Parts: sequence; structure tokens; C-alpha cells
Amino acid sequence: MSGAPITGAAILDQIAASGIEFIVSVPDITTSAGLLWPIVEDKRFRLIRVCKEDEGVSICAAMSMCDKRALLLIQYTGLLDSINALRSAGCEYKMPVCVMAGLLAKEPGVPPTQSRSFGVRIVEPILDTMQIPHALMEDAGDERHIRPAIDAAYARSYPTALLIGRQM
Amino acid sequence: MSNAPSNAQSSAMRRDLCFKILARHIRDQIIVPVYQAAQEWHGISPDHALTYYSIGAMGQASSCALGLALARPDKGVVVLDGDGSLLMNLGTLVTIANQKPANLLHFVCQNGEYEANGGHPIPGRDQVDFAALARAAGYRRTDTIATLDDFEAKIAGLLAEPGPVFVALKLVAGPPPSQDYAFIHGAPTRAAFKAALNKG
Repeated sequence: MSGAPITGAAILDQIAASGIEFIVSVPDITTSAGLLWPIVEDKRFRLIRVCKEDEGVSICAAMSMCDKRALLLIQYTGLLDSINALRSAGCEYKMPVCVMAGLLAKEPGVPPTQSRSFGVRIVEPILDTMQIPHALMEDAGDERHIRPAIDAAYARSYPTALLIGRQM
Repeated sequence: MSNAPSNAQSSAMRRDLCFKILARHIRDQIIVPVYQAAQEWHGISPDHALTYYSIGAMGQASSCALGLALARPDKGVVVLDGDGSLLMNLGTLVTIANQKPANLLHFVCQNGEYEANGGHPIPGRDQVDFAALARAAGYRRTDTIATLDDFEAKIAGLLAEPGPVFVALKLVAGPPPSQDYAFIHGAPTRAAFKAALNKG
């Protein structure tokens, strides 16, 4: 069963409440209308468009050295493409990298590991292997996970992943 | 395979000598060196606490530098990139040019080979023009420097000039730098960098 969908506005309010100043992004159709286009106009954030997602991993990690908080907004395919950068900067050098990744084509109400999409199914197991905590954002109310996850990432100095489970 | 320099190499700019000149001009800028350039820089300027060693994920130095430059626009940021490294992340040139960080100076040490991985040539070593790539991407100024005299003459101006500026340094490695992986990879080094960056 799928509940009422989470809204982009609710997500953005929680991102702002988490102290995120920079949004680093490669567009993803899962979050394009609900998040990225609104971010373009949202004065609470500075948007940095990058060509490839691993650039964003490094940018976010480096910004943490300056006590600045950043969020990497991408598609899960970009997350998979950035594993080595995340492994190095995040997991081995223990730097906070907060990733919000759209799970393109995940069926609402279906757990990611049970999706028909192979790519979607492997995301959470890979994050588990890297010991990166993750939370699924799909239904109204799921935005409550955002601020604790981001605060924990910076407190622990380790990556976190927020997975967007439906197109918005 | 011989490691002896060819006639062309023997007259080329040596990286260690180039970095020694650079070190004389560096004040409170952040330095972001990669791999062998990082080992070289550490050997030449071990006390420069504002060094962000960009190793562990090849190609990411300029992206790290962009993050630092955007988060700290009051600080100059100097990247000591590698040519093989830059080829792994060419999109960074467009990303940086689009952000227009006035405080970013991007050097690429162009020795034409994967120095840390067996000395194999980079793809296109005989024809790639890194400065042209950066210019086409939209860097404010680009240059190519191949002699120590030219580097000495230009370095002060490059450091003072608004960025983003890109300079290809055509050089050879020189004597192998000492390898201090424990320092460069160590958590205390990153902690010291962060403390130095945020003090005061």
C-alpha cells in the first residue's frame, strides 16, 4: 500500500531546517519538478550544477571542512557512479556527504529491494555494505527523517543517503 | 624500459624545482595537490597546514578545490592537478567555469604519464592541449608554461589574478619524491587542515 505522497515543499523545509546552504546537483526526473526546479528559485539555497555526480561528492566533502553544509541531489544511477568517491572521501576519510537520490522507476509502495528494477534493488544493499545509513522518502511524514539524518552525518562525520521513492 | 630522460626531457621543467618556486610565493592560500604532486609538495612545504591532500579518488582534486573556493571565497585556492587525474574528470572544467570562482587557480602538472601507476602514457599525450580545453570550457584565463624562467616570471601575477585561471605546466618529475603515505592519508592531517582553515 502507498500512502499520501511526500511533497517537495515538505522536503525542502526540512533541508533548510538542517542548515543546508548549498545544493549540488545533476538533474533527475524523479525530483526535477518537485525539488530541483523549486530549488532554482529558493533563496534559502545556493544551487551548484555539476556535470557528474562524483564531482558533487568531493564538493560536499570539501565544504564540510569549512563548516558549511551541502546536499548532493542526484539520481540513484549517479550514486552508483560515485561509489569510489564516496568510498574515499566519505567512508575512509570519514567526511560527511549527504546524498538525496531519486530511485528512478521504483514502484510506489514497493520496498526498493523488491523493485522490478535491478538498479533500484541494489542501492540499499550497497549502502549497507558501505555502512552508510539510509532512509526512504516516499509518503507524507517521511520528511521527518531528513533533519536527524543530516545532523547525524555531520556529528558522526560520515555519509548519509536519503532515497526518494517516487517521482514528484 | 629505461627511466632515463630523453634529450627533450632533460631540458624540461622539473616539478620539484617548479614547486620550490611556488612555495616561495604561497602565503595563506589553500593548496590542493594530487598523488605524486602531493608527495612532492609535502616534501617541499611540509609545514603548510592549509594543504588539502586530494588523494584516494583519482580525478577529484579540482572538485574538492571548487568546494573549498565556494565555501571560503575569502581564501585563495591553488590546485596542483595531474594530467591523468584531470582526464578522469574533464567535466570539472565546465563546472568550475560555470561557477566562476575568482579565488581558484588550477594548475595541471602535465608530464604525459600515469606516474604513480607504472609510467604509462596518458591517452593523447602528444596532442592534448589542456589549456585549450580549459579555455573552451570558459575559464577566465588560461596559459601553458614549460620553463622555470617563465614560471618564475608569471607566478606572482597568476596568484594575484582573479580566477578561475588555468595553467598547464609542461614538466617532468625529477627525482622521485619521498613517499609519506601515513601523513598524507592520515586523519590527523585532515584535522590539522580543518583547524588551520577555521581558526580565527
